[in-house]
Amino acid sequence: MTDGPTHAPVARPEAPSASPAGQPASGPAPATGPWRTALRHLRRDRVAMGSAVVLLLVVAACLLAPVYEKSIAGTDAFTSNVNGTTLVDGQEVPVMQAEAGGLGLGVTPIGPTGDPAHYLLGADPQGRDVAARLLYGGRNSLFIGAVSALLCCALAVLVGVSAGYFGGVVDGVLSRVLDVLWAFPVYLLAICLSVVLLTSGLTLGPVTIDAGSLALPVFIIGLIYVPYVARPLRGQVMSLREKEFIQSSVGAGASDLRILLREVLPNVVPTVIVFLPLMTSINMLTESALSFLSIGVQPPDASWGTIINDGLGLLYTRPAVAIAPGAAIAVTAVALNLLGDGVRDALDPKAKLRGAV
Amino acid sequence: MRLSRQSAALAGSVAAVALLAACSGGSSTPTASGSGTGTGTAAADAGTVRPFDPAHKGGTFLALAKAAGGTLDPQVNYTLQYWQLYQATYDGLVAFTKADGEASFTVVPDLAESIPAPTNGGKTYVFTLRKGIKFSDGKDVTVDDVVASFQRIYKVSSPTAGSFYSGIVGADACIKTPKTCTLEGGVVGDAAAGTVTINLKAPDAEILYKLAVPHASVLPKDAPAQDAGTKPIAGTGAYMFESYDPNKALVLKRNPNFTEWNRAAQPEGYPDQITMQFGQTVEAAVTAVQNGQADWVFDDIPADRLGEIGTTYADQAHVNALTAYWYLPMNVNIPPFDNLKARQAVNYAVDRAAIVKLFGGSNLAAPVCTILPPGFPGHVDDCQYSKPAGATWTAPDLEKAKQLVQESGTAGQEVQVIVQDDEVNKAIGENVASTLTQIGYKATAKPISGNIQFTYIQNTKNKVQISLSQWYQDYPAASDFLNVLLGCASFVPESDSSINIAGYCNKDVQAKMDEALALGVTDQKAADAIWAQVDKTVMTDSPQAPLITPKKIDFLGKRVGNYQFSKQFYMLVSQLWVQ
Repeated sequence: MTDGPTHAPVARPEAPSASPAGQPASGPAPATGPWRTALRHLRRDRVAMGSAVVLLLVVAACLLAPVYEKSIAGTDAFTSNVNGTTLVDGQEVPVMQAEAGGLGLGVTPIGPTGDPAHYLLGADPQGRDVAARLLYGGRNSLFIGAVSALLCCALAVLVGVSAGYFGGVVDGVLSRVLDVLWAFPVYLLAICLSVVLLTSGLTLGPVTIDAGSLALPVFIIGLIYVPYVARPLRGQVMSLREKEFIQSSVGAGASDLRILLREVLPNVVPTVIVFLPLMTSINMLTESALSFLSIGVQPPDASWGTIINDGLGLLYTRPAVAIAPGAAIAVTAVALNLLGDGVRDALDPKAKLRGAV
Repeated sequence: MRLSRQSAALAGSVAAVALLAACSGGSSTPTASGSGTGTGTAAADAGTVRPFDPAHKGGTFLALAKAAGGTLDPQVNYTLQYWQLYQATYDGLVAFTKADGEASFTVVPDLAESIPAPTNGGKTYVFTLRKGIKFSDGKDVTVDDVVASFQRIYKVSSPTAGSFYSGIVGADACIKTPKTCTLEGGVVGDAAAGTVTINLKAPDAEILYKLAVPHASVLPKDAPAQDAGTKPIAGTGAYMFESYDPNKALVLKRNPNFTEWNRAAQPEGYPDQITMQFGQTVEAAVTAVQNGQADWVFDDIPADRLGEIGTTYADQAHVNALTAYWYLPMNVNIPPFDNLKARQAVNYAVDRAAIVKLFGGSNLAAPVCTILPPGFPGHVDDCQYSKPAGATWTAPDLEKAKQLVQESGTAGQEVQVIVQDDEVNKAIGENVASTLTQIGYKATAKPISGNIQFTYIQNTKNKVQISLSQWYQDYPAASDFLNVLLGCASFVPESDSSINIAGYCNKDVQAKMDEALALGVTDQKAADAIWAQVDKTVMTDSPQAPLITPKKIDFLGKRVGNYQFSKQFYMLVSQLWVQ
């Protein structure tokens, strides 16, 4: 990644005659705003639209987790059901099935039944419905991915814009802080922070985050990726600062705050919007990795990472427990990335965001 | 003893055993017969030892373990992994019989010619050393070696120096200043007579057991006065350690200077070489044994391979009950379990049948309600916390548990269940947390690394409310469970070595245990009856919730024969046939 400008400055949103990519509007067609133009581009992108639909379906399914759990499956996704029973082909069978043959060693959770009302995807090692936990797990994975992406982008805007606009000592200090943070391998840093904070929670002034709270992985993941977003933003702002419209504002005596809010921020917002789905995807994968290592979402809560962890010991006998959340992660991550690419193309077709970061 | 590698951290925490034995104050001699469960000592060789069959001599036995077991020093290492191998490499003055089943609890003379009758009111034992025995390096075993070996227990700060061997005269000074340990007046050698005299501060009914474990191995007097680490020390057993690389393998070969002197104590082995390779996953090790590429999987078999092993490979699997139990220690000194009703509620609520399933099913574990495991001296079937109450556990009583939680005024409190982060421990922890939530607590399971969990839950600084732990016998005596795990002397606040994890200290119960220890010197059966009462009283106080007693699976290659399971030290590795 470079420190230099990575984006051609996008046109000011308040300039109605320019496209988001800074290209002149074509022909005599009625003037459209850059956002509307970008949306039109996005709508024409079938891959991006398909990805958005997939994402919407995943989100909708996850939001309906309680409905599935209570009204369809009739189970409790968070309570052990090791001694429970269920119906398969009209017959009552134990959820945890003891091996009857030979020496009678081992107890295996029931496998996928194909029946949404009775352990559609089988049971996990605690006898809980994998399908119900998959939906609840998706809620947590997506929540953590999305909120940490928002947090990450917000912090990155604060740091990147300040460093890029003010330059000098402010830039020096903030850039070195970013350098130090980015010098750590991302996963190693996340694991270290998780291990420490999961023991005692986090207290930042008046704000306290409990050890088992979902806010903890949100904070950790949001923090560690700040340099990933902040550094391109800093470069972009450094470039913007030399533009005529900024210089004229300075010359007109506008305050720094006014210039930042009215001139700079509107020009970095498209970049941030491009980053959001990408960061959501990356953060969701990070959350899954941390949860898989038992240092993310804590039981009995579920995330796709914890469910894969639950299935790890059942790979030989009940692979569906690990494969189902793995597939969910893959589908969602691909959809988010394709949507992110579509948004990038729509807002800034000349940008080489991926290459830059 | 703990089964896993981190057991070495147990260190000197089991202070209660010898300390209290030393305080027992009896004056009679130890009995030659044990309780009805086969414990005790025998002056003669056990009669159940299988004769040697030279037709099966030879070959290499290949064992696979996920990781090495730490130091190779027999006076420092405290893991089952190497204690099993020490049976074929080192000897003490006495030894547990190398035999199948209950006979293995019998102590027989090893380097000593016989087990002496104690004198001086049960406080003095005079052992006569056998003549003509050599170490694997060719040097003769002398009285000086024996004396030096006892001194070395303290010099290397053996994990049991302060517990098992603190009753020897002079031990206090050795514990205080190990480097200058002489055990003056405690262990005295007479080279001319070929005798070693052990003087105790007070009679100890369990001293012969303590002399039969690897920490009391006889080593050359020039053995290093610190942990030998990966460097093998010469021994007297049928095998010697030839090489040890904790990242690769441990290799045992025949001791060229070994001649069988007492088959019950140190039998000649069958394989020419025993190799334990490290580094493979347990899954890979299971597959290797299935394919005939290895002979034994040391580690516990993964849950999802059990079914296949129990059916397709049933003739290669051996399942044996262990004198051990898994339990939930509850900290009686901090909320919510400083409340008796809260502790009793946990005992009523835990679903032991579910725990059995999570462990691998009813053929691998059984529910328990007492601290002394079934088949152990002093054990009496009794279950106060079952629905209905009876001799054995039937079902949990959630309603009663909920009622007790309400009455205790602790409902709604947050509770963390601290467990190891392996598959089985985590699953049981989650199940317990789920149960606690059902009866009114806000409970979560907190898995932490198996390398630190055992010490973490012992230290009161960590304010652990409830945890999951295991205990496997060191030797067959009730005190090894009750007095070690619940004796007042075993509770050491703010220490990583406070094996009384619950922090339970009941003066009346302690007095009873002291009485049983003293009585054991003269009448073990009467003592066991007192231990049974202690067990019942302790369970009423509920500082623990016993869960299950486990079984062990030995999964062997198809070519392996002559399997024998010592209840004391588990599978007799040197007695296996590979051809």
